[in-house]
Amino acid sequence: MAFTDPQLERYSRHILLKEFGTKGQKKLMASKALIVGAGGLGSPAAMYLAAAGVGTIGLADNDAVDLSNLQRQILHSTPDLGKPKVESGAETLRAINPEVEVRAHQGLVKADNVMELISGYDFVLDGTDNFQAKFLINDACVISRKPFSHAGIIRFQGQLMTYLPGQGPCYRCVFPKPPPPEAIPTCRQAGVIGAMAGVIGCLQALEAIKCLTGMGQPLTGHLLTFEALTMAFRKIKVPGRPACPVCGQNPSITEPQDQEPAAACDLRGPVP
Amino acid sequence: MDLFVAGERKSFGDGITVAELLALENVANPEYVTVAVNDEFVDSPLGSERPLAEGDRVEFLYFMGGGI
Repeated sequence: MAFTDPQLERYSRHILLKEFGTKGQKKLMASKALIVGAGGLGSPAAMYLAAAGVGTIGLADNDAVDLSNLQRQILHSTPDLGKPKVESGAETLRAINPEVEVRAHQGLVKADNVMELISGYDFVLDGTDNFQAKFLINDACVISRKPFSHAGIIRFQGQLMTYLPGQGPCYRCVFPKPPPPEAIPTCRQAGVIGAMAGVIGCLQALEAIKCLTGMGQPLTGHLLTFEALTMAFRKIKVPGRPACPVCGQNPSITEPQDQEPAAACDLRGPVP
Repeated sequence: MDLFVAGERKSFGDGITVAELLALENVANPEYVTVAVNDEFVDSPLGSERPLAEGDRVEFLYFMGGGI
């Protein structure tokens, strides 16, 4: 596949990077990334992946754009209020880069559809807002041997880790089971600084681009944490857990399962 | 005895346990926190009587469920 002149110009700053070059750009253009959750984390991640020229981007979400989303979900704008997020998001991505094929997956990601959904992609980005979804995505990706990026944000804090099959711990190694519903404060109760979603979502996009092109060292075997009030990034080494119920030696979880609904980070509506 | 708690050097009484450190550090929701000492996970940290030793590196890993 040869680049067209507009492609050479559009991606020139990538191509200039010696670690990236035309080879990296071609890999990116031939790759498929799925973003689960077209919200705070998913917005910057999707926009940078589209701008970067990832060939196919899937957006999965069940919600419509709400006024309380716009403080941080930059994929959506005020005229999009009430629209399904996957529709509004797809329009934004196509405007950024019409070369990208955008697939909108409207609906909840659940145990009975997650395997099929992720099977069409090379890399998954978890931009969801609840532990039920985060554990489901982890389990499905581990079982399918699919690389993915986990991230979570609350208040002025964020965290991130990358799972590569056979090359390090999974999310369940760090947190073996979801917390009970209401045990952990939600964003709706606790709030989140909008730009935090930008910082962590961009880091997820970087991890996706690195994994899809084979550049550098992905964030495997580490949890990166960020505290905005002190501007402290920490890269914490996390070991594997040989008894991990999904990626361990004798896994008890061999297919995705819907957990008990856990504390959701539902930011719609007024704070109770 | 000095420990490195979340990367920061701090002094504690000799031989304090993981459970005692969780209380002294006022860790929020300690029952849901993952603890690693010298890059190894500690089982059931809230009730862990594992004594810590000079120079141990202790990390608290917290659930963060937000994203949307």
